[in-house]
Amino acid sequence: MNNACVLMTCPMFTYLEQELETRFKLIKLWDHSSSKTEFFNNYSSSIKAVVGNTKVGADAKLIDSLPNLEIVASYSVGLDKIDLDKCKQRGIKVTNTPDVLTDDVADLAIGLALAVLRKVCVCDRFVRSGNWISGDFGLATKFSGKSVGIVGLGRIGSEIAKRAEAFQCPISYHSRSKKPNTNYKYYSNIVDLAANCEILVVACALTEETHHIVNRKVIDALGPKGFLINIARGAHVDEPELVSALLEGRLGGAGLDVFENEPEPPEKLFALDNVVLVPHVGSDTEETSKAMADLVISNLEAHFKGEPLLTPVI
Amino acid sequence: MATKQTDYQQHFSSQELPVVLVNRLPSFRLPSKPPFIDNLLPHFHLLDPHDAPEPYDSFLSRHAHSIRALITVGPTPVTAEFLNLLPCLGLIVGTSAGLDHIDLPACRSRGIAVTNASSAFSEDVADCAVGLLIDVLRRISAADRFVRGQMWPVKKEYPLGFKLGGKRVGIVGLGSIGSEIAKRLSAFNCSIAYNSRKKKPSVPFPFYANVSDLAANSDVLILCCALTEETTHIINKDVMIALGKQGLIINVGRGSLIDEKVLVQCLVRGEIGGAGLDVFENEPNVPKELLGLDNVVLSPHCAVMTPESFEALLQLTVANLKAFFSNKPLLSVVSNE
Repeated sequence: MNNACVLMTCPMFTYLEQELETRFKLIKLWDHSSSKTEFFNNYSSSIKAVVGNTKVGADAKLIDSLPNLEIVASYSVGLDKIDLDKCKQRGIKVTNTPDVLTDDVADLAIGLALAVLRKVCVCDRFVRSGNWISGDFGLATKFSGKSVGIVGLGRIGSEIAKRAEAFQCPISYHSRSKKPNTNYKYYSNIVDLAANCEILVVACALTEETHHIVNRKVIDALGPKGFLINIARGAHVDEPELVSALLEGRLGGAGLDVFENEPEPPEKLFALDNVVLVPHVGSDTEETSKAMADLVISNLEAHFKGEPLLTPVI
Repeated sequence: MATKQTDYQQHFSSQELPVVLVNRLPSFRLPSKPPFIDNLLPHFHLLDPHDAPEPYDSFLSRHAHSIRALITVGPTPVTAEFLNLLPCLGLIVGTSAGLDHIDLPACRSRGIAVTNASSAFSEDVADCAVGLLIDVLRRISAADRFVRGQMWPVKKEYPLGFKLGGKRVGIVGLGSIGSEIAKRLSAFNCSIAYNSRKKKPSVPFPFYANVSDLAANSDVLILCCALTEETTHIINKDVMIALGKQGLIINVGRGSLIDEKVLVQCLVRGEIGGAGLDVFENEPNVPKELLGLDNVVLSPHCAVMTPESFEALLQLTVANLKAFFSNKPLLSVVSNE
């Protein structure tokens, strides 16, 4: 097992790199960016595992170039950067990191909602700039009791709902199908959900069907007093439509952890006080990063020992 | 204001409506959104010495014997000397959650009831406390600055935050605001403990009689107790050391609950992990050293500043006054304990 070659696609977490290095022969794709052909000639047939993340996963091109690839262990729960069909065809196993990051992502969703509605970041800027000396801040919007609509009532969506309920927020949701064991109000159409809630939270997986699921119609339904919170994927939202809605005051505000073109969010948003922008940090805590890394390692070790995978996707 | 009084006097005999004094520092007024005065005038004969043409003292002494209730606006003080000018006073309605500007012992000895606004504000203040806590732990304001400063493409890695789940939260003052905070943070899988003047028998959370002990057993301290002589600087050097290098302090109470000089030192030296502060010892002045720190989140005493809080405050104010004048129980009277 110590000789098994593992390819890491990009820098993601120093602890993970170190742990992989002690257990396997770790090859860092970014160390070879200048000599790609040479790299593939030297290493491609020995690479048995790929560790990817939300920035650089395992697309068809990479998978095709690794003839002996056995497993892709993603340092993420999202699988949109992995060509799952290709993996299925080739019999390559795939693992991800569900559950360990659910709480952190749910916490951030609520944190972003509070930050946008209660203008936490704007207040902080106001104090730091010295403006408080000249006068009081003004009013924000109450969060407690606002209706919350969740797109995707999976693990993360359910935890967001549980937290919002503690603030007396009525909960409704949209997903592919109605969930059996819940009292939350279901909308089979996302536009109806948006029309009937004040805070829309995107928490579903990114697939072909959910690409741009938050489009102009949804944004219009949410309206000038509505707020969008996205902790899922930038591609869930038609970003140019979102930007123009915010600039024109057709949407009340947005809290965004993800963007269509990371690490470059739309600059037009930078001057707005009714948005909060964070750099894809949904699971970026010391505790969770370590737990995710440990899960990646455990999955790889299990694979190479011939034991059952802990969190297989396929 | 004088014009409005005249309009209403045409419809109501001002002798019929109970008299309420509006006690305010000249720079403070009752909120205009919603319009407090418009909503009070149908029910009460409002007296506002600052709006009368006659000198303050003579206006007050002329009306003193008819004044059984007063509203004190914002932090407008009510001192024992002032109370002496109002021999018939039975009720003071505060428009804030804190009552540190009112001489409560003097009120007690005169048998004057005091109501505050905690129940109107408690949800919004709790939301502010939770918002500040998540921001400090997850670095939301710092991250927002990072993105707006166009640093994301440049500086590939961004410092990690800390998980909220599993944190031990110590609430100092488990009143209406503290209880709302506890309810919210329980949903984030935090464990709750508290310090209060007395243990509350119906509360399931562990009680610590001593704030230092609470701090030693907490990852986060949230301050939402009243400011009194006993609680001034209750968060001192010992408490901060007990809280420790990873510990956080969230203050939505009053600035003077914390020894601010020591807090600043501890933050600058890394002796505590961070802070979320809505209140300061000398508002609107904030210690310069805090302005450059990424592990603090600063807020300009605006935990109650939502339209809903002001609407709730208006309802509560009218309800307390009506209850008093009909000899019914007050809604948010502050008791001796």
